[in-house]
Amino acid sequence: MRISGAKIVVETLIEQGCDTVFGYPGGQVINLFDELYLNSSRINHILTAHEQGAAHAADGYARATGKVGVCIATSGPGATNLVTGIATAYLDSVPMVAITGNVPCSLIGRDSFQEVDIVGVTMPVTKHNFIVRDIRELADTIRNAFKIAKSGRPGPVLVDIPKDIQTGTWDFEAKKDPVRPYPLSFASESKLRQAAEMIKNAKRPYIYFGGGIISGKASAELLRLAEKIDAPVGCSLMGLSAIPSDHPRFLGMNGMHGHYASSVALDEADLVIALGVRFSDRATGKKERFNKNFRIIHIDIDNAELDKNITSNLAVQGDIKDALFRLIPMLTEVSRPEWDERIEELRREEAERLESAANSAFAKRCDNCTHKCGRSDMIEENHLTPYQIIDIISEKADEHDIVVTDVGQHQMWAAQRYPLKNPRTFLTSGGLGTMGYGMGAAVGASAAEGRRTILFTGDGSFGMNLNEMATAVSQNTPLIVVIMNNGVLGMVRQWQTLFFDKHYSNTTLARQTDFVKLAEAFGAKGARVFNAEELEKAAAEAFAHNGPFLIDCAVDCNEFVLPMLPPGGSIEDIITEIK
Amino acid sequence: MENKQFVIGVIVSNVSGVLSRVSGMFTRRGFNIDCLTVGETESKEFSRITVVFHGDEEIKERIVRQLEKLHDVKEVEVLAPNETVIRDLLLIKVRNTPATRQDIMTAVEIFRSKIVDYSPTALICELTGETSKINAFIELMKPYGIMEMCRTGLVAIERGDNCLKTNS
Repeated sequence: MRISGAKIVVETLIEQGCDTVFGYPGGQVINLFDELYLNSSRINHILTAHEQGAAHAADGYARATGKVGVCIATSGPGATNLVTGIATAYLDSVPMVAITGNVPCSLIGRDSFQEVDIVGVTMPVTKHNFIVRDIRELADTIRNAFKIAKSGRPGPVLVDIPKDIQTGTWDFEAKKDPVRPYPLSFASESKLRQAAEMIKNAKRPYIYFGGGIISGKASAELLRLAEKIDAPVGCSLMGLSAIPSDHPRFLGMNGMHGHYASSVALDEADLVIALGVRFSDRATGKKERFNKNFRIIHIDIDNAELDKNITSNLAVQGDIKDALFRLIPMLTEVSRPEWDERIEELRREEAERLESAANSAFAKRCDNCTHKCGRSDMIEENHLTPYQIIDIISEKADEHDIVVTDVGQHQMWAAQRYPLKNPRTFLTSGGLGTMGYGMGAAVGASAAEGRRTILFTGDGSFGMNLNEMATAVSQNTPLIVVIMNNGVLGMVRQWQTLFFDKHYSNTTLARQTDFVKLAEAFGAKGARVFNAEELEKAAAEAFAHNGPFLIDCAVDCNEFVLPMLPPGGSIEDIITEIK
Repeated sequence: MENKQFVIGVIVSNVSGVLSRVSGMFTRRGFNIDCLTVGETESKEFSRITVVFHGDEEIKERIVRQLEKLHDVKEVEVLAPNETVIRDLLLIKVRNTPATRQDIMTAVEIFRSKIVDYSPTALICELTGETSKINAFIELMKPYGIMEMCRTGLVAIERGDNCLKTNS
């Protein structure tokens, strides 16, 4: 059947199993949007407030479901607005296809109105990208984009489609099934035998996993390995939600703001079994010191990650689920009472440190507070602590609710504290650290299956993309926005406190935004809370509410994310208390 | 760590933008390129890029793995210096005077270079060979007055019947 290029795009998206796309119309995608209009019963388009929101929404959709997220934008500014969202997905290995319109081929390269070389711009932040210059290649290019996005280590792919390609016509026949990813590569038998040998000789093994366990669907295998070799388990930020937070073997996230026991146990281990994790600098600190005490087995689907940041003792390339499935039978069941005892000791130490830090923070709260945030309302005896906020919200939440964060202190508090049960229920911008990620991602995550999303954000991050509240209202998204409002850009302020002699340069917001009124202005509901009792009440209302609900929680600006391994530091430099 | 020269052969899809992807990878990951050449292969679907860079084993390994990850890259091989024929081509325009003409001609003959253009005031020599030979010839020409020169950069191919595949 001969149809227009615009229709080919929509038909191919549907063929690839895409039910929802996020985007924003414009001059060079107007034909494409016409086809979306004509096919609205087959494919749902969600209009965001800004293209960045559309990219984050596609990302949130993909992270929540494991499917490929799709966003659409027009040429020029529409396309460049996607870039932060694409880069966010790239750094966190999220499967995404971004479709952009462009000026007709004859106008390319002439600095035409709203023309940008988006293929050139996104080359370093995509797995691959295409510009379609021949309508005969349009359908296969989109199919190929899906294939690349979901193969191996997932990632974003951009397809740029000039307007004349959309308006032209060509034959199209839908394929019966979506494209399959490239065949997985499997770990070599001899490498796995070596791994088994190293594990057998280890006295204090520690399993360190990342987002690869989620995308590789290897949670069960990971836990079986931990049981069999009697090892504690820790993870990177991206690994969170792969296994239940309350699993007895799980010590939590390690690294810069990781759990004390998790970071110390890692350092005291003699063998680290690193699974689907990439040793980011935020996780390792000073690289020369990081692996002084232990050997490393590194298993990853992406060959380029092996020996990139940390040189391992054994690098194994292959699918993680298969590798673990084959590795486990090579191992004999052991128990390590001494190592277990040490881990328990560390857990107790962590609990004590946590308690004493909480007490001292309470005593020092807003002491000598000289900044101009004008938040004297917060200096109350029973004011809310970040952990308390997370606890109150999580108690009311269902285990299938999706937790989304923005970036900053609130993100780390949520990562440390929120009790997660199921994979793909914790969405956060880990690699790129994109403030403003949360609103778009929450809308996208919820759009997939209508599940409730809970966004933990800060007044800084929320300010970046709060316009997506309009989208949440238009979609009636079951979204609870929890703002940890401390009147400052808390994470940078924390660094300024610790490393810049309390020079609070441009981190004191001195804004007068009334977030409740703002929510109401958007057509959502909101409440402002100062203590646990008020939060309980607001949360009850929020969870009962059908649609977006914002809770503005007053938080002390002297709350710090602890523990902290200073950037470029090591375990000896761990900060567990602010003096 | 030891800093040595590596020569790698890269087979890539012959599509637009592929050179940007390859050179861009070097730029954004902070690897330095000494020289890069690109040209046709026996198949019109593929091009061949030869990249020369300095570094240690670890950097080499990272470069190879990052290259292999690019979608348009089909094959990467580090070429062993002893097992590889490496060539560079030089075109050099030298001032032509009655006083120096004979000396230049002699040098051209000894180096097995060729004079490919001749005018009363300038002549162009063409020379192929390994880097060291080309460098030596350029040094030799300096006193006569180099007016202009250009080099292709290295191309390299493995000895024997071992080949970089272009049939993936």
